[in-house]
Amino acid sequence: MKFGALAERAAGERRVALTPMSAGDLGKLGHDCVIETGAGAEAGFSDDAYREAGVEVLDSAQAVFEAADVLGKVQPPTEAEVDMMREGQTLISFVWPAQNEALLERAKSKGATLIAMDMVPRISRAQKMDALSSMANIAGYRAVIEAGANFGRFFTGQVTAAGKVPPAKVLVVGAGVAGLAAIGTATSLGAIVRAFDVRPEVAEQIESMGAEFLFLDFEDSQDGSASGGYAAPSSPEFREAQLKLFREQAPEVDIVITTALIPNREAPELWTEDMVKAMKPGSVIVDLAAEKGGNCKLTVKDERIVTDNGVIIIGYTDFPSRMATQSSTLYATNIRHMLTDLTPEKDGKIVHNMEDDVIRGATVTHDREITWPPPAPKVKAIAAAPKKDKPKELTPEEKRAAETAAFRAATRTQVTVLAAGAALMLLVGAFAPASFMAHFIVFVLACFVGFQVIWGVSHSLHTPLMAVTNAISGIVVIGALLQIGSSSLWVLLLASISVLIATINIVGGFMVTRRMLAMFQKS
Amino acid sequence: MLSDGLVSAAYIAASVLFILSLGGLSGQESAKRAVWYGIAGMALAMFATIFGPGVGNYLAIILMVAAGAVLGVQVARRVGMTEMPQLVAALHSFVGLAAVLIGLNADLEIGRVTQTFADAGLAFPPPEGWAANGVATDVLLAMEAIASSFSGFAAVIAHKTATEITILRVEVFLGVFIGAVTFTGSIVAFGKLAGRVDGKPKKLPGGHMLNAGALALCLILGFIYFAGGGIWTMILMAIIAGFIGWHLIMGIGGADMPVVVSMLNSYSGWAAAAIGFTLGNDLLIVTGALVGSSGAILSYIMCKAMNRKFVSVILGGFGGTTGPAMEVEGEQVAIDAGGVAAALEDADSVVIVPGYGMAVAQAQQSVSELTRKLRAKGKEVRFAIHPVAGRLPGHMNVLLAEAKVPYDIVLEMDEINDDFPSTDVVIVIGSNDIVNPAAQDDPNSPIAGMPVLEVWKAKQVFVSKRGQGTGYSGIENPLFFKDNTRMFYGDAKASIDQLLTRID
Repeated sequence: MKFGALAERAAGERRVALTPMSAGDLGKLGHDCVIETGAGAEAGFSDDAYREAGVEVLDSAQAVFEAADVLGKVQPPTEAEVDMMREGQTLISFVWPAQNEALLERAKSKGATLIAMDMVPRISRAQKMDALSSMANIAGYRAVIEAGANFGRFFTGQVTAAGKVPPAKVLVVGAGVAGLAAIGTATSLGAIVRAFDVRPEVAEQIESMGAEFLFLDFEDSQDGSASGGYAAPSSPEFREAQLKLFREQAPEVDIVITTALIPNREAPELWTEDMVKAMKPGSVIVDLAAEKGGNCKLTVKDERIVTDNGVIIIGYTDFPSRMATQSSTLYATNIRHMLTDLTPEKDGKIVHNMEDDVIRGATVTHDREITWPPPAPKVKAIAAAPKKDKPKELTPEEKRAAETAAFRAATRTQVTVLAAGAALMLLVGAFAPASFMAHFIVFVLACFVGFQVIWGVSHSLHTPLMAVTNAISGIVVIGALLQIGSSSLWVLLLASISVLIATINIVGGFMVTRRMLAMFQKS
Repeated sequence: MLSDGLVSAAYIAASVLFILSLGGLSGQESAKRAVWYGIAGMALAMFATIFGPGVGNYLAIILMVAAGAVLGVQVARRVGMTEMPQLVAALHSFVGLAAVLIGLNADLEIGRVTQTFADAGLAFPPPEGWAANGVATDVLLAMEAIASSFSGFAAVIAHKTATEITILRVEVFLGVFIGAVTFTGSIVAFGKLAGRVDGKPKKLPGGHMLNAGALALCLILGFIYFAGGGIWTMILMAIIAGFIGWHLIMGIGGADMPVVVSMLNSYSGWAAAAIGFTLGNDLLIVTGALVGSSGAILSYIMCKAMNRKFVSVILGGFGGTTGPAMEVEGEQVAIDAGGVAAALEDADSVVIVPGYGMAVAQAQQSVSELTRKLRAKGKEVRFAIHPVAGRLPGHMNVLLAEAKVPYDIVLEMDEINDDFPSTDVVIVIGSNDIVNPAAQDDPNSPIAGMPVLEVWKAKQVFVSKRGQGTGYSGIENPLFFKDNTRMFYGDAKASIDQLLTRID
């Protein structure tokens, strides 16, 4: 099968769907690759680099359409591009089927298959091809970098000869993939980072990235697992509580990064005008939700504006494209994973298995049918978080009481065992003759010595211990030796066999122990 | 000829040497000396016995000891370290068989002595306190004359009273019973460990009731024997006890073998102690008790490490579950050698968790080579050993030592469990249940509460495993589905060898 990557036509789009590295990996799956000339130039991959990786560079998009069976792109195909497709050809790209229904109709009438990278279901198995997450990660990182470029101070606090520099305070709203990436980037630059999310279960993730979780004590908090890990709209009361929390933060923070998006809806307004007014001049707001209207209503899509009180608001929507090399690498890997799933036998043959949750979910047109929206996946995205009860903290008195009780219980069991043992001994003593009791004393004492000694044996020497006890238990040879002198032939025979096997035991056991112990060496 | 006093002195010295020998195993270096104590003790004990009073047939002794020594040397030289569990089990069976034979011999001797007295028209054994109760002097003298005509063990028997003979019979019974159970049990354990018998638990219809019935039968035969039944009762009892041992161990699965082997170790000790009682020999009693308690402690440690009751291990099968197991979500993501090698290149600290799979694949040399290469690159490499990893207590330590992995980087579970969060890469080679997070997370899991190695807390985990199966216990392992886990499928040795070519 041939995979063909097209150059992007959309203005400002610098990414590409195939890198020389992913081409190598696709080769292992049995696929050949072709690419339109200059497709990777903006992402830093020259035609020569592709040729070196064994990719055939073709002159025009037309040639790629003709040569390839499966096409790869970043942005949704234009109508002209769909028209160039032939029956049974597959195209993998972002499609945004909700906004592009006309495109689906067109693809359907052409008999082409469209696989939407933005429709890959959010289940763990599909994480490796989740292009939305990998792009969001880049967007989160880049948002901090853009904020830093527009912010007039250091992120990190410093005490220099020229005076003290306070650290920047960053607030990240929405701790999805982009939010967490932003938190990680900002903390590693040295800023004080606070983060908020409507899903309380992400608190742990936020804290693990080194940020402070702004906790909103509200009963009706969401369980993100019900909606595939995405946030859902919140109640008006919750919204009010949330805005109050932000209002308190506004005068304090220097940089705000908002990432709050709800699937298939306009972005919620979280950073109101009065909050912007309350911020210090020179502060920066990066609104990652600008595409969907912005979390701040002052945001202008694709532009950087400065408000009257000197707050900079950045509304770019092309963060991943601004880091085209990185984002192309990750996107190409996502596509490669998609093709891995489409090539189950790794033999270069595409099997479009519509029974597979991931493939089914991502396919939007197939076999002259529109297959969007997909049915709910069979597997739930994230396991429901079990309710955890924190163990109760014990007061010192309770602890002491528990210790005393444990001590008493231990004493009681020990005394019981001793008493039972003594009773048993008395019983044996009452009936057994004195000669037996003399041996019995030896036996009991030997058991005690054995217990004391063996507890000290190192765990790593348990096998040698078994081998040596094996050898020592060959001491039964003595019993056989004492009997072998008998004048009865039977006794002689049985005792001889016993001597033989017990000797094997002794010699074999000791020798193998020595062999083992000699192997234990210190570095 | 040594006198009784000298023999006793030699026995005391031998006992002390045996205790020192076991105690010396507390450290790797002192252990190398300790084994010599054991050898010296054994040599002393045998020398004193052979040249002590009442021993004859030196030709048979020399022949048998020489043959046994040659065979023993052969076995010890040939055995591979992965075959240690089988060897230990096989040696246990020898002790068991010897105990059975010696017990039967003791009964034969009792019979012979009784017969001789009967031929002379005298009653044997005489009742308790008979000498003081005014027995005619000529009877007394006649008895003494017959008694002194015996030598060795028979002479000891000839001087016993009725009560003492009954006690002796009880001891014979115990020695033969324990010996027979140990004998057949060890043979089955040997077969399972060597792969000659299917490792899966198997039971005859009737299960444990059959065992209980057989045990009751043994006791009945025992009472017939105490009441004067002939040697046939003992032989029959030994056969039935052998059946119990066979059936009991057949019902226990492969992964429980560490407990089984240490339990049989314990039994072989108790059998020796019982024979010691029979023969009235303190050295045998002391040594048997030492070995018996050693095996008992090992069994206890193994059970503790699996969080299972000893009884439930012996009766086979896992403990009762209280509800449905937690469902495992996600996917096992595979990775190839290149990916693992790349992660190892980036890692600073690496922990390797070996299990039985490493032993099966004979991968320890490759693992050692990997360790050497990684350490040469300045990375911290350590091994984490779970107490029940492998088929024998301490099995993994021996395998790694054989492959020349220095023992100071091989750590126990308690020593290393806290270090996993700061570990970059964990490589799990052929282990499953001992790294199963369900033991901590899922109260309904059959292994809930079992202490496990918390490998999932490391940054990245690679699991070298044959395929997607659930392994011996049939318990799904959520570790394999975690985000930071990658499955490195394939034979452990082949996988590690592939890895070696990619790391230089």
